[in-house]
Amino acid sequence: MSDTKKFLYINRKAPYGTIYAWESLEVVLIGAAFEQDVSLAFMDDGVYQLMKGQDTSAIGMKNFSPTYAALGDYEITKIFVEKESLEERGLTLDDLQHLVWEDEDEDWAEKDSIRLVSRAELGDVMAEQDVLFNF
Amino acid sequence: MSSIEANGKTYETDEEGYLADLNTWDKDVAVVMAQIDDCELTENHWEVINFLREYYEEYQIAPAVRVLTKAIGKKLGKDKGNSKYLYELFPYGPAKQACKYAGLPKPTGCV
Repeated sequence: MSDTKKFLYINRKAPYGTIYAWESLEVVLIGAAFEQDVSLAFMDDGVYQLMKGQDTSAIGMKNFSPTYAALGDYEITKIFVEKESLEERGLTLDDLQHLVWEDEDEDWAEKDSIRLVSRAELGDVMAEQDVLFNF
Repeated sequence: MSSIEANGKTYETDEEGYLADLNTWDKDVAVVMAQIDDCELTENHWEVINFLREYYEEYQIAPAVRVLTKAIGKKLGKDKGNSKYLYELFPYGPAKQACKYAGLPKPTGCV
């Protein structure tokens, strides 16, 4: 498609204190139908959205963290996580879900979706985009 | 709030006929939902319904039709992973109609 645009959804907030994380995920899933070049970025408290082992039973909210694993099915294969934001919170990539996408052209080979980037690199990624959504 | 009767049990639904609580789902209600649409459920229908329930269990969402088509193709073979096959089974739209029978909410982004 000639008029494909680059969309980046930037997620900055912890998952359950506000509705932003879930709203962002829903917009991403709906927007995926439009076959644009979509990437996600997680920075600041947004990195908590991707944490493994989330349990929301005590707060009576739906645990939507398993839905991030479906992003690969929606052909979203670029998930940028900011290194400094992880470090500032005492986290590493091992604390996050292992998100993959399957490459249909290579017999469904699993490939990593998460790309660890520095703050400066994430700035470069943002500069390349046509559209930024900030959640 | 509307409701559906199946086998002597009452199931609460929303105004479009989707189950209010997916935990109340069983095969009886799926069969009755299909009868309302004049649709008789065959093994091929159940394959898709069961697939959707498993998908929801794992990812907590009902997949978009494009995603469903691709995933069915991967799991059940290319001859089933195409919209012609799925629309023949579920003429009201595979994602919408099959999700309803599977007791799932309407797929995200479906209007």
